[in-house]
Amino acid sequence: MAVDQLAPAARPPLFYDPRVRAIFFQVLVLGLVVLGAAYLVQNTLSNLARQGIASGFGFLDTTAGFSISMSLIQYSEESSYGRAFLVGLVNTLLVSGIGVFFATLLGFLIGVARLSRNWLVAKMATVYIEILRNIPLLLQLFFWYFAVLRALPSPRDSVALFGSFFLNNRGLSSPSPIFEPGFSSVIVAFVIAILGAVLVARWARKRQEATGDQFPSFWAGTGVIVALPLLAAIFTGFPLSWDYPELRGFNFVGGMVLIPEFVALVVALSTYTAAFIAEIVRAGIMSVSHGQTEAAFALGLRRGPTLRLVIIPQALRVIIPPLTSQYLNLTKNSSLAAAIAYPDIVLVFAGTVLMQTGQAVEIIAITMGCYLVISLLISGFMNWYNQKMALVER
Amino acid sequence: MRLFTSLLLAGAAVAMSTAASAGTMDDVKTKGFVQCGVSQGLPGFSNPDQAGNWTGIDVDVCRAVAAAVLGDASKVKFTPLSAKERFTALQSGEIDMLSRNTTWTLVRDTALGLNFAGVTYYDGQGFMVRKDLGVKSAKELNGASVCVNIGTTTELNLSDYFRTNGMSFNPVVFEKADEVVAAYDAGRCDVFTTDQSGLAAERQKLKEPDKHVVLPEIISKEPLGPVVRHGDDQWFDVVKWTLYAMVEAEELGVTAENVDKMKESDNPNIRRLLGIEGDGGKSLGVSGDWAYNVIKQVGNYGESFDRYVGPNTPLKLERGLNALWKDGGLQYAMPIR
Repeated sequence: MAVDQLAPAARPPLFYDPRVRAIFFQVLVLGLVVLGAAYLVQNTLSNLARQGIASGFGFLDTTAGFSISMSLIQYSEESSYGRAFLVGLVNTLLVSGIGVFFATLLGFLIGVARLSRNWLVAKMATVYIEILRNIPLLLQLFFWYFAVLRALPSPRDSVALFGSFFLNNRGLSSPSPIFEPGFSSVIVAFVIAILGAVLVARWARKRQEATGDQFPSFWAGTGVIVALPLLAAIFTGFPLSWDYPELRGFNFVGGMVLIPEFVALVVALSTYTAAFIAEIVRAGIMSVSHGQTEAAFALGLRRGPTLRLVIIPQALRVIIPPLTSQYLNLTKNSSLAAAIAYPDIVLVFAGTVLMQTGQAVEIIAITMGCYLVISLLISGFMNWYNQKMALVER
Repeated sequence: MRLFTSLLLAGAAVAMSTAASAGTMDDVKTKGFVQCGVSQGLPGFSNPDQAGNWTGIDVDVCRAVAAAVLGDASKVKFTPLSAKERFTALQSGEIDMLSRNTTWTLVRDTALGLNFAGVTYYDGQGFMVRKDLGVKSAKELNGASVCVNIGTTTELNLSDYFRTNGMSFNPVVFEKADEVVAAYDAGRCDVFTTDQSGLAAERQKLKEPDKHVVLPEIISKEPLGPVVRHGDDQWFDVVKWTLYAMVEAEELGVTAENVDKMKESDNPNIRRLLGIEGDGGKSLGVSGDWAYNVIKQVGNYGESFDRYVGPNTPLKLERGLNALWKDGGLQYAMPIR
């Protein structure tokens, strides 16, 4: 500081100013990168044009003409390629979402089990982790798919469960609900019940902080959420009927079907990722010093509340960042779906659509963009959650 | 992993589109071999035998082109490709030609920037089902689950056929032909559909081939043939006329065995084919005895057909549409003169 004040006149030449130099080189590198990218794009376009290969995004409005085995949104052969893209995207999101849910659940269970004081439970968890995470996912996927398929009977010899669920090698057929007018009141009752449960929980916490008395807010909330919609349904005369699957010709018609491809993919993705999550959870729990447990016991907390109120919140700070990576892995691994005919974005869009239009550059770019956006959203959310869970210093 | 492969292909398409611009013929002569895209294993068409050599009528086309251009039918390197990868591999210049039971369609011939050099096998799409289902006709397939390979004309024909006949079906779409067969065999589908020749070939991979039956309906035209890139007419000509030479040789009765004797024939057509008269080879940019090499080392079209897919092979396919034009078939070579 003092030196600066002493010699304001003897400023070094602009080129020797570290700040100017840093900016100069950054602009230079950025410019080169932009130029390189522009060259690649230009080169690709001119080569595509020279070989007479179609380009552009107009194909998205063209009729697709092929059918897809599983679609959550309206889709038929007359739909456009753009629609087929959406079907694939939704299927990818569905399988990733459900996969993340089960992987987390299973991962936490097994991670805690590996730390169990029961010798058998701990060793079983160890064996599970070491087997599952050391076999390539693609092989596990084939195992689940073909193991599941071969074990199941053909539709004509289906296993009937409760009279209206049918299990066979085409999937699990179950009745699907048909909502009749008046069902909206049940939904309204459900929303009100959830709001009520949240309010009760808040009130219970405030009361506990003020007086120390505990209130069974979990059970009260569950009761309200079950009872209120049920009452609404009784008053409106159960405005809900079911579409039952029935065997007609080759397959079951009507109802809903859970296709074996979907089941195999969810099972493979979640059991595989759970093995990694279990290790992360174990590391997180072991990172909390034993003194914390002893301190909690000294205050009179029982084992359950100790784990829930003292250990887990501290362990989460260690768990969340690597957990984010596992969620990202699971989402990206879902692209292996193409190997077992689950119609995800890679199979439908970067597969069939690419083949039929031949526009590899556009389609692969869109597909990459989709995975990038999904991954960024997941990591954005997890970073936000991480910040929320971070140690708040007072 | 799949995504990675696709990315690699897209990347290759970008990076290698410059490399592909040079004349393919010169490239091939310089490097000394033909890089030929084939299937990942379809008996009769392109399939490695027990010694690891590629065999089949699609493979013979590659070998014939190598014989015509380089004088040696063994100078071929094969790239096994899935249905999904095949066109990108050709567009990007990774392979010199594609000979992989590929159907000639308008979009592929235009928007994909490709040229079909002819038809090696006139095929049509059929259906296979289990015998114990008791199905006699494809019209009875309403509501069936159908196993099909991705990226094929088959996938589209299937939708068209069921739609025009007012029937519904459940598609189960796989990326590799082997997975389609495995899933059908495991009972995932009632129906397995692909080209009739493909059904005959893949049938041998089933656990109990006799328990399955091919339905009589043929729902599409599937002319299968070799493919090259747009914008390289010389190479296009070579592949096209190599195929014609094989057909012409059969028509003239020239075989691998008698080709040396045929050199002394008085028939001007044979003399022109074998390069004794005329300068067809020079016009093509290859040596004068190009067709002689093809016939001597690979054989004529009929020999190739009988060797790999004919009645005496496990595929047991009749000549049918693939007979010569004078025998009531569609195989017809343009005059070599």
